[in-house]
Amino acid sequence: MKTLLVGEYREGKLLDSTYELIGFAGQLGADAALFMVGSEGQLPAYNGALYLADAGTYGEYNPDLHKLLILDAVQRENPDYVVFLHSSYGWDLAPRVAAALNAAQVSEVIGIQDGGFEVGCCNGKMRRTVKSTTQKTVLTIQAGAFQGVQPGGTPQVTKLATGSTSSLEFVGYEPAEEKGVDLAKAEVIVSAGRGVGKKDNVQMVAALARALGGELGASRPVVDAGWVEHDHQVGTTGQSVSPKLYVACGISGAIQHLAGMKKSDFIIAINKDKDAPIGEVADVLVVADLMQFVPALTAQLLK
Amino acid sequence: MKVLVCIKQVPDLESRFKPDAAGVWFSDTDLAFRMNEYDEYAVEQAVRLKEQLGDAPEVTVLSIGPDRVVEAIKKALAMGCDRAVHVQDPAVHLKDPWQIASIIAAYAREQGFDLIFTGMQSQDRGSAQVGVTLAEQLGLPCVSTLVGFSYADGTITAKRELEGGIKAIVKLKTPALVTCQLGLNTPRYPTLPNIMKAKKKEISAIPVAELLKTEAVAQTTSFHPPAKRGGGLVLEGDVGELVTRVIGLLKEKTAVLR
Repeated sequence: MKTLLVGEYREGKLLDSTYELIGFAGQLGADAALFMVGSEGQLPAYNGALYLADAGTYGEYNPDLHKLLILDAVQRENPDYVVFLHSSYGWDLAPRVAAALNAAQVSEVIGIQDGGFEVGCCNGKMRRTVKSTTQKTVLTIQAGAFQGVQPGGTPQVTKLATGSTSSLEFVGYEPAEEKGVDLAKAEVIVSAGRGVGKKDNVQMVAALARALGGELGASRPVVDAGWVEHDHQVGTTGQSVSPKLYVACGISGAIQHLAGMKKSDFIIAINKDKDAPIGEVADVLVVADLMQFVPALTAQLLK
Repeated sequence: MKVLVCIKQVPDLESRFKPDAAGVWFSDTDLAFRMNEYDEYAVEQAVRLKEQLGDAPEVTVLSIGPDRVVEAIKKALAMGCDRAVHVQDPAVHLKDPWQIASIIAAYAREQGFDLIFTGMQSQDRGSAQVGVTLAEQLGLPCVSTLVGFSYADGTITAKRELEGGIKAIVKLKTPALVTCQLGLNTPRYPTLPNIMKAKKKEISAIPVAELLKTEAVAQTTSFHPPAKRGGGLVLEGDVGELVTRVIGLLKEKTAVLR
């Protein structure tokens, strides 16, 4: 079995998550070749074949051209699987490659199971086993689901080029907003999720954060709704945190949120839904009504 | 200008899910359904574009599924879409993303849409494939995961959301397809007059057999809960007792209480 692994560069740097692809190929028991649109100055520690296209020429985001470059590598390697990370880069590019190869795509793989792949669904509450019926299969793997492996060594580089013009113009990056709050430094974070119900109730969560000497965090829906400023957002598109104590109030536990906080030393989740996926990472799941429990806990802490 | 918005109806994600008889998807029984959240942003952006261009674009909303999806369609019409297509398919849950995209492509190919909006993924399946695959099948330029959208003279300036809060700015020309991320805009609540007005808007029904010409390429063989729920402690009961137990645990397991 053979895999072609599509690594990622961001602002000129090789992303560490690329090694998770190598870990995945290992678990699959498959041979691996790497593909990247990157730079020769930033090669992965990997003793194997690497197909490299120059990010200076093709841009870090240009799916039209990156697709053609990957198809070139596929033709040379003839892999059974083309594997991406389920990232903003991977989920954008993978369907284009799958369509060109007439291949099935299985998205956000979290496990390998008797001839199929396990994926999450229903907001992380349930799982599906999915089998491809095509000769080649395109996969995206969930960030953090497979342990990264750094094999070491120097890759044997084959340079790829393509001449086509693109329908997209990558103008550039817009930097992340200035952080008013550096959650990464906080020892205690108390976060509000959609379960708080309305903006006024965020105060109740903030009061618990103060009582514990910590900072207020938030899940994405709360930030999108404008209840809490973006610089408090915890998760893949916000800040990744690992405090001594993380208290999740009314957060169901979307994978993007879990990825940003599951390394916390001690996690308490307060949720009325006993089956909420946050329970998978929580040390303690308090099944309760936030409106009753949170003020009661705050009051007791302040006594 | 002709605009298409593709929407999906999904169950309330706070629900409890039980496998259906075939064991490959959830049982519909006792579930409440609503419009996929990502698609609400897609509808809102399409309606805003219509408003920006002085009502000129005609916005069609399309959904595939059993009769209940008409409720989601009606909401999109009440938000401001002009007309609707209901692709009737009681077995939509058995179609893979490739087939879903093919069904939409078969409809859209004849219509000459200038711009297609979809959500970046559904809340229930979350494959994040249909929008981009549809663009590939139609040969349209496509950008996914939009948190910013502006349009002028046939050019879209899109802001894609990347990890860590960084965004990528991308320009593309219509005809094109974009997929919408949460936070792109603030989806409106339909007003009562608009709900009444929506009742008069056309919903054309097309049986899926007229549009589906492709075989599935992936198959779901099982739908099940996660193998283990983690080793965490689950506390339930009286609020006063819960508070005492949590404070006990904070003292015992963490150094945060002084």
